Amino acid sequence: MKIIYTDSLVIGGGLAGLRIAIASRQRGLDTLVLSLIPAKRSHSAAAQGGMQASLASSSKGKEDNEDVHFADTVKGSDWGCDQKVARMFCHVAPKAVRELAQWGVPWNRVKQGDRKAIVNARTVTISERAEDHGLITARDFGGTRKWRTCYTSDGTGHSMLYAMDNKAISLEIPVHERKQAIALIHHDNRCYGAVVRDMVSGELMAYVAKATTVATGGFGRIYAITTNALICDGVGTAIALETGVAPLANMEAVQFHPTAIVPAGILTTEGCRGDGGVLRDVDGHRFMPEYEPDKAELASRDVVSRCMTEHMRKGKGVPSPYGDHLWLDITILGREHIEKNLREVKEICDAFLGIDPAVDYIPVRPTQHYSMGGIRTDHRGESTHLKGLFAAGEAACWDLHGFNRLGGNSVAETVVAGMIVGEYVADFCQQQSLNIDSRVIESFIDTERGRIDTLLGRKSGENCFQLRGEMCSIMTRKVGIFRNGKDLQEAVDELTDLLRRSRDIALRHRVSHANPELELAIALPKMLKLALCAARGALARTESRGAHSREDYPERNDHEWLKRSLYFLRDDEIVLDYEPLDVMSMELPPGFRGYGADLTSHHPDTPARGAEIERQLETLDADSDRFTRQQALMPFEIPEKYQPRNHRSGVEDA
Amino acid sequence: MNDSGRTLTFNIFRYDPQLPGDQPRMQRYQLEETDGMTLFIALTRLREEQDPSLKFDFVCRAGICGSCAMVINGLPTLACRTLTTTSQSGEFNLHPLPAFALIGDLSVDTGKFMREMTERIEGWIHADEDGDIHSLEQRMEPELATAIYELDRCIECGCCVAACATRQMRAGFLSPVGFMKLGRFHLDPRDTRTDADYYEVLGNEDGVFGCMSLLGCQDNCPKNLPHQVQIAYLRRKMLQA
Repeated sequence: MKIIYTDSLVIGGGLAGLRIAIASRQRGLDTLVLSLIPAKRSHSAAAQGGMQASLASSSKGKEDNEDVHFADTVKGSDWGCDQKVARMFCHVAPKAVRELAQWGVPWNRVKQGDRKAIVNARTVTISERAEDHGLITARDFGGTRKWRTCYTSDGTGHSMLYAMDNKAISLEIPVHERKQAIALIHHDNRCYGAVVRDMVSGELMAYVAKATTVATGGFGRIYAITTNALICDGVGTAIALETGVAPLANMEAVQFHPTAIVPAGILTTEGCRGDGGVLRDVDGHRFMPEYEPDKAELASRDVVSRCMTEHMRKGKGVPSPYGDHLWLDITILGREHIEKNLREVKEICDAFLGIDPAVDYIPVRPTQHYSMGGIRTDHRGESTHLKGLFAAGEAACWDLHGFNRLGGNSVAETVVAGMIVGEYVADFCQQQSLNIDSRVIESFIDTERGRIDTLLGRKSGENCFQLRGEMCSIMTRKVGIFRNGKDLQEAVDELTDLLRRSRDIALRHRVSHANPELELAIALPKMLKLALCAARGALARTESRGAHSREDYPERNDHEWLKRSLYFLRDDEIVLDYEPLDVMSMELPPGFRGYGADLTSHHPDTPARGAEIERQLETLDADSDRFTRQQALMPFEIPEKYQPRNHRSGVEDA
Repeated sequence: MNDSGRTLTFNIFRYDPQLPGDQPRMQRYQLEETDGMTLFIALTRLREEQDPSLKFDFVCRAGICGSCAMVINGLPTLACRTLTTTSQSGEFNLHPLPAFALIGDLSVDTGKFMREMTERIEGWIHADEDGDIHSLEQRMEPELATAIYELDRCIECGCCVAACATRQMRAGFLSPVGFMKLGRFHLDPRDTRTDADYYEVLGNEDGVFGCMSLLGCQDNCPKNLPHQVQIAYLRRKMLQA
């Protein structure tokens, strides 16, 4: 039995995982990263448009700060997020950008003087001050009150991931590539590492650690059409569920990005609209201002995706062999801007559509993009139920995003959570010792070996590719942008049946080493469990909140549903539970997001909390600063090294 | 859906080095072409519908992660963004990238090569110490930031390595990807290394003076990175160092 020991085991080599490994190494711990692929190929590289951080250096970002970023994030989440986590995040995001600048990210910079830009389909002149020249600039993104999204052209995730991985290599952090964690090792509610399969040799081994962090990204591949990379199958999330101890949360909160190309489902960044691009229908008409007069194309993602779907339902879509779509028009930005700031978009249009976006409209439609749900953690990133298990980034439900994530907040979350959770992981490793009976480790390996042997031995049974196809089709048709009780019930029934059938998968290619069919056969029952969580949660949640939109329950019902969905696996059954959000401890009590008609049914505590906040603020000195006011309303914890205030150009309050 | 009605032919290199007795060979497959078909779509369908043992690597399938480079009709490029309409004959000969360890069929181990390359050239920002992250960042000219990003766009797909004749003859040759990285750090004022430091990794026949200037890298880079200019630039700098 091969056992590898370390202090801090990180599963997943994207931005979140690498940053946590770096934090462990910087604290003098032994650490290693497991990855399906070379770390630089992780899905973090696909983040195009940028990361949000309130640096407030460019003129359209002036007067931005943690408070504004916080309010945007909470509203964006439709009040579903953990507000203390949102505070931690907004405070550390500027530090993350500056740290990455030191590690090599060539962030686009402020250039002093006047330049032309397109805002709301009009040409405007933007002037930058000489004293801001050369600082990190930002572009506009949806659902934000300031231009806050820091970027490198439209290859931001790529530059960030390369800088991060290079830093990890400089610290001699090993990345064990082509390794898949297929089960977590745990005993008495404590996690001890993972059973890992070498995807080349097929060997099974145990990685045993004081702390285990899952940073494996989202699970978009349970859908047929998704912007997600092929590796985003959710196995890391599922193995946490399969412990039977650690719960997942908010799995029904699935984001659909407004602008993925048709038919390939490849993302074109929100930066297209942030920089001034507009959406057009079959008649070439710009329709978004009719739905959202104020923010138009730059409303929150869930809102834009719903408006687009509604508009296509009215017969205004452009017919194609792959179904209806709409147009994204960035021709108005001009060739020079596109070739400099949207060059990946240009390459994608050229390679996959054979069009030139400086001249042609881009065919787009809303497409599965992001998983707000994931492994439920506390604000320190540790599982609420399984000690020693941490999660960060898209794999986690930390819960920064609630029911809708703002564009630019996810790639930001990866590095910010990596920094914050990384400190708590290191604390845990320094405080804990590792005591585990080797028979426990052995029994976990034996169980997985038994499952694989059964798969390899079965002569006839279900085809795993076919089962996956059925799952993806169900999710796309019945657990999509608009949901209803009838479709969701059918989805639950059909997915339950698929999960049963997945226990009888037979392989056509029966070798234990490098074998893509075996990999899918191992992954598929896990993916189906996640799909069932999403469908079950969506069926149970009889309200509309953020990206979860029930046609039969259009109102946001704070009275009954201001709570986080939790999913446990007990005796191979998914059991739902709920965790209420405490209005009385919120800095920003639930309100109206400002899109469409206000259909909120309010929580009884909301007015009381509002009154209490007013009272609390009245007790403060009239000239108390924003930090004092914030601390009075909702104190939050932050690792010591990240406590100092953030300096901004021309601002005195730091 | 199928406008062309073409039947495509794929001749695919097959070899499983871990399967006792297996021999390298070419295997022929056929598939109906569909609208907008890429080699990602075609190979995925072949695996799911005809031969589950087929090994190849796709991750992003959007031309940004660099996983799927292979030799397509004799030239190394990204399979995910190769449209089947690019072949007039409808026939594709697919081989794994040379110069990398073969995992099986079209799948090769680029990760090990790239990690060793980064370690060899110390491909990270060398700064005296980690600075303060709470205060204003060090300023940079906007044009310089853009210029660094231009060179930072390499996706380590390995096409330039596979296309490099010098690399085929000399295993220790740093390869164009290494030159591109060094050019990128050389341009970056945040990196404190001097020309003399760079000379140590570059100034020999396994470095920039070993290049035969056949420029397969320039011709085959899927990101159209300026390999030719970079190699010339580094040579000039190293002569001065």
